[in-house]
Amino acid sequence: MDQGLRSELQKQGVFTTTLEEVYNWGRANSVWPLTFGLACCAIEMIAASMSRFDLARFGAEVFRPSPRQADLMIVAGTVTKKMAPLVVRLYNQMPEPKYVIAMGACAISGGPFKQGYNVLKGIDRYVPVDVVIPGCPPRPEALIHAFMTLQEKIEQQKLTGPHRARHLDPDAPSEFPVPVYGEHDLVPPKNPQIWQPPVVQR
Amino acid sequence: METLEQIKSRVEAAVAGAQLTVVPNDSPVAQPSLLVDNAHAVAVAGFLRDDPELQLDYCSNMTGVDWPEAELTEKIKVKQVVDGVEKEVEEVKKTLRPGCLEAVYHLYSMAKKHGPVILRLRTENRADKNHLPSLTPLWRGCEFQEREAYDLFGIVFDGHPDLRRILMWDEFKDHPMRKDYVEPDDYEYEPTPHDELVEKVKAHQAKEASV
Ligand code: SF4
Repeated sequence: MDQGLRSELQKQGVFTTTLEEVYNWGRANSVWPLTFGLACCAIEMIAASMSRFDLARFGAEVFRPSPRQADLMIVAGTVTKKMAPLVVRLYNQMPEPKYVIAMGACAISGGPFKQGYNVLKGIDRYVPVDVVIPGCPPRPEALIHAFMTLQEKIEQQKLTGPHRARHLDPDAPSEFPVPVYGEHDLVPPKNPQIWQPPVVQR
Repeated sequence: METLEQIKSRVEAAVAGAQLTVVPNDSPVAQPSLLVDNAHAVAVAGFLRDDPELQLDYCSNMTGVDWPEAELTEKIKVKQVVDGVEKEVEEVKKTLRPGCLEAVYHLYSMAKKHGPVILRLRTENRADKNHLPSLTPLWRGCEFQEREAYDLFGIVFDGHPDLRRILMWDEFKDHPMRKDYVEPDDYEYEPTPHDELVEKVKAHQAKEASV
């Protein structure tokens, strides 16, 4: 149904919608993040959830203490190699549909500690990331912007067809292999199924 | 507080056989330290802690230093007789400094409000003779810091109550703070490499191209 007819009907007091819209509207406005901070970025995430910035306005007021009750993982901070397997494990324990926001330079790429021996160069090496926020740290507004971007993304998701949301596709994986602690590095150092180095144009 | 020389002579009088060396520090802080031999380290440290003059009851910091084997070159002036005339000639003297691992302790006194007295302990080499006596039995606060030195430098502290890795995982084999540590090669994606990073990226790409 096109938008013109719809608003015409609305003037007559007839409201139309689709199942997809209602479903996505409900999901987008009740995203519950996992209480989960790793470093300095977590302070900004906490600030975003408090009264001054008030993430609750977007339906995300309850930070869940258990991955089984959460559907958004905000990777807020430096992912050390010692922590990375636990992050992946937490992600695996979250029920579908689930989303990941990589917050800050560290979660995206290792940030200021990129060349360190102990820091993972981006959480997207092990879990799929939906929204990234650059910054060190990103301000709470930036996190809210990322959250709204995620909401838009959820509202665009299809329920059927080849482009349907990942959680509705029985073939798409919902768990990812947890890396193990090796003698020199994590094994494997990345999950090539979901992460390939971007081609750098020079 | 007494000078380090005075402390040294008093320690030597109190602990029979202890060999102490004052290590000068020519940086602006000019803070010399005491090098203690491993066999008497615990006795010397115990003396420093319990001596009524010093009462160094607080170890604020313990860390490790890696000294790889190095060839030191210094220029020295030598007098030489050339054609019957005495001249000063510069010569380059090369000395081989053996490698070792060092543990450094900064001791303060809470009771007397003075310090620091800096202790250094050195291992015999960096490979197999990397044992040092632990000072955790004397200063409990050293426990985690000695574990850290064990983890990152590979110094084994004999007498430590719970010597395990503290920062890296237990399965980890390397000691990342050593100068010759080889880091894992994860330079797949470096959008703006610079300085040494360029070399690492090139090495990674060469390795990938050869596979
Ligand atoms: S991106 Fe910056 S602020 Fe955020 S965790 Fe890393 S260092 Fe801290």
